[in-house]
Amino acid sequence: MTSIGTGYDLSNSVFSPDGRNFQVEYAVKAVESGGTAIGIRCKDGVVLALEKLITSKLLKPEANKRIATVDRNMGVVSSGLLPDGRHFVSRARDEAASWRQMYKGPIPTSALANRMGSYVQAYTLYSSVRPFGVTAIVGGWDAEVEVPVDGQVGSGPNTGSGGKKDGAKHGGPFLYMIEPSGLYWGYYGAATGKGRQIAKSELEKLNLADGELSLEEGVKEAARIIYVAHDDNKDKEFELEMTWISSLTGPTKGRHEEVPKELREEAETLAKKSLDDDKMDE
Amino acid sequence: MNHLPQAWGRPRDEVYGAYDHSHFQNAGPNQHTQQPIVTGTSVIAAKFKDGVVIAADNLASYGSLARFTDVKRLRKFNSEVVVGFGGDVSDMQYLDRLLNSLDIRENYSSTDTPLNAKNLHTYLAKVMYKRRSDFNPLWNHLLIAGLDGESKPFLASADLLGTTFSAPTLATGFGAHLAQPILRRTLPDEASVANVNKEDAVKLIKECMKVLFYRDARSLDKYSIAIITKEGVELKENEKLENQSWAFAETIRGYGTQVN
Repeated sequence: MTSIGTGYDLSNSVFSPDGRNFQVEYAVKAVESGGTAIGIRCKDGVVLALEKLITSKLLKPEANKRIATVDRNMGVVSSGLLPDGRHFVSRARDEAASWRQMYKGPIPTSALANRMGSYVQAYTLYSSVRPFGVTAIVGGWDAEVEVPVDGQVGSGPNTGSGGKKDGAKHGGPFLYMIEPSGLYWGYYGAATGKGRQIAKSELEKLNLADGELSLEEGVKEAARIIYVAHDDNKDKEFELEMTWISSLTGPTKGRHEEVPKELREEAETLAKKSLDDDKMDE
Repeated sequence: MNHLPQAWGRPRDEVYGAYDHSHFQNAGPNQHTQQPIVTGTSVIAAKFKDGVVIAADNLASYGSLARFTDVKRLRKFNSEVVVGFGGDVSDMQYLDRLLNSLDIRENYSSTDTPLNAKNLHTYLAKVMYKRRSDFNPLWNHLLIAGLDGESKPFLASADLLGTTFSAPTLATGFGAHLAQPILRRTLPDEASVANVNKEDAVKLIKECMKVLFYRDARSLDKYSIAIITKEGVELKENEKLENQSWAFAETIRGYGTQVN
């Protein structure tokens, strides 16, 4: 960073002569020191996982959850400044609620990502604010069948106009990652925070684009990746937090929920075992 | 040409006369709901030893016209509460959306215990009372059926005035006159709830639905029934009245086509 200290990094909304916004880049730095967060888009659902670093032994284990639910069918996990993440979630919930007010149905994951992208980007434009110190991963399942409009009481006429296109594909699993600049893309697998480099290379090995990985395998892989990406030398203790969203016929019935304790513990045992095996090889 | 921009595109005064601005404002008083428009009739419910049975027919009437015949008036809130709506259907839809948003907010935290029927009844009664105090009532009579905080059967009502009432059996609308006496034969008091099992309660409710169809001209033979127990909510929305017998109709005198 050659232009550092030349005054172009003191205010938001100011470009440096070589076309960079330093405040945004510093926000990315804040994210890079946060615990690793990942999301995996599986064949029949989405898994979100977080390496929650334990900052004090006085904190109650398994309390203070960090992965949040938006509407019923979406989850948000973020890495970086915790309060910024909380505000991001609060805004996402408001967006989902206002979408429902307007359209009487759940917000599609893509629309939420779009709105949150715009919101985060707005914080790079004004000198009175600073950019978000978080990168957030948004996972959701959009209903694959037609869901009734909120407040719908009947099914309408069985015959006549209002026909549907046969065989049109609806919904499915979706995963987006939104960065401090407001940039967002859809991903097969997303990773952010401290261990993102290791996590990304592990995610690439899963060949997620093939759409073969099942949700249960995804849970186990997510746990393993968080364990692999964890740096024992710098951070001693962490808690693994995992949530998932399945199809309407799957274990969560299209809802965003915590991964059940038994399954999570099984995944953690497997993750630790695979780490030990790797050490033996070396 | 008129050079005032506010006159552009408007009828010319010299041709049509000055614009009558009284068309553009509502000079009269603000009016809130004065009467329901599209309505659902009775909702009936009875407690039994392990839970509550609740039923309502699938009709929404427009005055005396049987306008919509597939209207679901029992709304499941979660795995332990069902709300039955009598009265205005659009107000029911408003309340349904309100409860939907409440449920979404409640589920942000996975650790809290879910809202039970007692909580929901308190909430809905306050909503109804607030609206009647604003002189803008939600024109409904609600039955809230489910389990309370101790997983015991809970049944209570709230109406458009914000009045609340609780009893082992409850019925709204015409059902309060026609079904309630029949229900009370089996369930006269709270103590009798322990002697009634699920099958008896369902049979009793179905019998009352039949009587209501016989005598309530705003009712339908298609209905919804929900059974709420610790095992969850069993909601059937497309039931049909069985074993109807209209023999009694022959004996009714005093109106209709017969001479004496």
